[in-house]
Amino acid sequence: MNDINNIFDDKDKEILESTGIDIKRETRSGTFIQSNHSVVSCNIRQDGIEILPTKEALKKYSWLKDLMFKSFNNNVDDFLKNAEKKVSNGYFIYAKKGAKTKYPVQACLYISNDNVEQYVHNFIVAEEGADLHIISGCATSHKVSSALHVGISEFFVGKNAKISFTMIHKWGENVTVTPKSAALVEDNGVFISNYISFEKVKYLKMYPTVYLNGKGSIGRFNSIVFAPEGSHLDLGSRCVLNGVGSKAEIVSRTVSAGGEIIARGHLVGAAKDIKAHLECNGLLLKEKGLIHAIPELEAHLSDVDMSHEAAVGKIAEEEIEYLMSRGLTEEEATSAIVRGFLNVKIEGLPERLEKQIETSLNELSDKFF
Amino acid sequence: MLIIENLKVEVEKREILHGINLRIAKGETHVIFGKNGSGKSTLLMTIMGFSKYKVTSGKIFYKGKDITNLPMYERAKLGLGMAFQRPPSIKGLKTIDMLRLIKRVDEKTEELAKRVDFEKFLYRDLNFGFSGGELKRSELLQLMAQNPDFIMLDEPESGVDVENIKILGKVVRHLLDKNVRIKEGRKKSGLIITHTGYILDYVDADRGHVILDGYLMCSGNPREMFREIQEAGYEKCVSCMLAG
Repeated sequence: MNDINNIFDDKDKEILESTGIDIKRETRSGTFIQSNHSVVSCNIRQDGIEILPTKEALKKYSWLKDLMFKSFNNNVDDFLKNAEKKVSNGYFIYAKKGAKTKYPVQACLYISNDNVEQYVHNFIVAEEGADLHIISGCATSHKVSSALHVGISEFFVGKNAKISFTMIHKWGENVTVTPKSAALVEDNGVFISNYISFEKVKYLKMYPTVYLNGKGSIGRFNSIVFAPEGSHLDLGSRCVLNGVGSKAEIVSRTVSAGGEIIARGHLVGAAKDIKAHLECNGLLLKEKGLIHAIPELEAHLSDVDMSHEAAVGKIAEEEIEYLMSRGLTEEEATSAIVRGFLNVKIEGLPERLEKQIETSLNELSDKFF
Repeated sequence: MLIIENLKVEVEKREILHGINLRIAKGETHVIFGKNGSGKSTLLMTIMGFSKYKVTSGKIFYKGKDITNLPMYERAKLGLGMAFQRPPSIKGLKTIDMLRLIKRVDEKTEELAKRVDFEKFLYRDLNFGFSGGELKRSELLQLMAQNPDFIMLDEPESGVDVENIKILGKVVRHLLDKNVRIKEGRKKSGLIITHTGYILDYVDADRGHVILDGYLMCSGNPREMFREIQEAGYEKCVSCMLAG
């Protein structure tokens, strides 16, 4: 494994850090970095938690190959089958029974050369009672202008376990990203997935699904997206509530500054006593741009509590003028309101991750306003 | 400090103010009385520069400068400030963040908040879910941070309970430099709309005006005028003053 400092130049290190990756690895329990098709860093600092490149993990743990595609509820379409053939590696993060990450584990998939097609298959497993927080920074080198990333990620949350997965994406201007992910959650397990994107993305299509199979299992998805002109993002989240008393919440806050966003959300109530809510809010800052909110509620029985709210529009004139009456220019007022709109309070996140998201929001304000 | 000449204002193509004349000198605080819908708020919103309020004729001068067509944030930068009757809430923007954005005084944000008993609200979303009294305190706190030279208050005591009016009164006095004994030493001016008149117990207003149906009908001693209004109503007060 090569040293990080030798692989990345200063500008690339800056990009990595802006996705939440701690280059010095001081505030992280473990690190995995794959650049193009090679693993460049893989180490762990905490007992009970293990990180391995997927290929190695498949050799070490015979049960892992049986888990392959299990989280997709065996809905393996042609896309997945073809993608799997091209997989070069990926990461395996494993929290053993009762292990709780002191700091988040960081996983970084990086593309450092032009026209690379990176296919990875990642496995994240939390055994009974474990607590796993992962920050996934995916980015491309400043030298790259065009590339493709396809990530297949499978999450397995055991009984009373918790996995939080936060992705801060900084893709290059002409990178196409089509991740496929799914999660299986057992009794009283909690799965939290946060997706944050503030940069221009040529094309992103993702629609992770979580199967809340266990009794009292909980799923939460938060998407916070700012789409500059030239971006096209088709993102959604789906929660299938199969376990009695399971709960799900999907929050999507999107801002279009000229870019196109399709914001999907799908809640399926298939067991008694479930509670699910979907919130989809979009702000359009310019005449150009598109936000298409598609919330879906699917109830299979009567004993379910499902609701949604969706709203798309421009910033209220009243709010802008209120701030302007205090001496802020129209741009400063817009920036403050957009920041407030995107500043979603995400429950269950470690403080370090909260700070990271705030830092990204500050960068966004500085860059666009 | 503020001179308004023959001001006519239209809102959604309807003329609301029909030629207002008003002069407020530095250090003076004026009070406006009038029925609901008479145009009092319209006057304040026009002076502040809100886009909905179109000046069709007349001028507004502030510190000698013609601000009739100046954009709102520039008027705020020149020293105009306003506390709203029903301010909007901005989810996600915390009160403390707002204060940091507008602060022009040296005093620490937490210290300012203490003065209106508002520390608990610093980390709440601005104005979101605030009661009537809490909204008023939020407005005054922002004005304390902004420190304008010309302060406009739209019904600062409405909806506020007796206990809190005392705190509010103190803050308004401070904002208007009313603690400076000698009138010539005061650098701030104010324009206050009031229905209840309670504010007069805390702030010595220099002059009162009645606005009726978009006309500034008369001016005089604020306490006397308010007594007349309480006894005889707005119309009677006007005709009385005209006669007297």
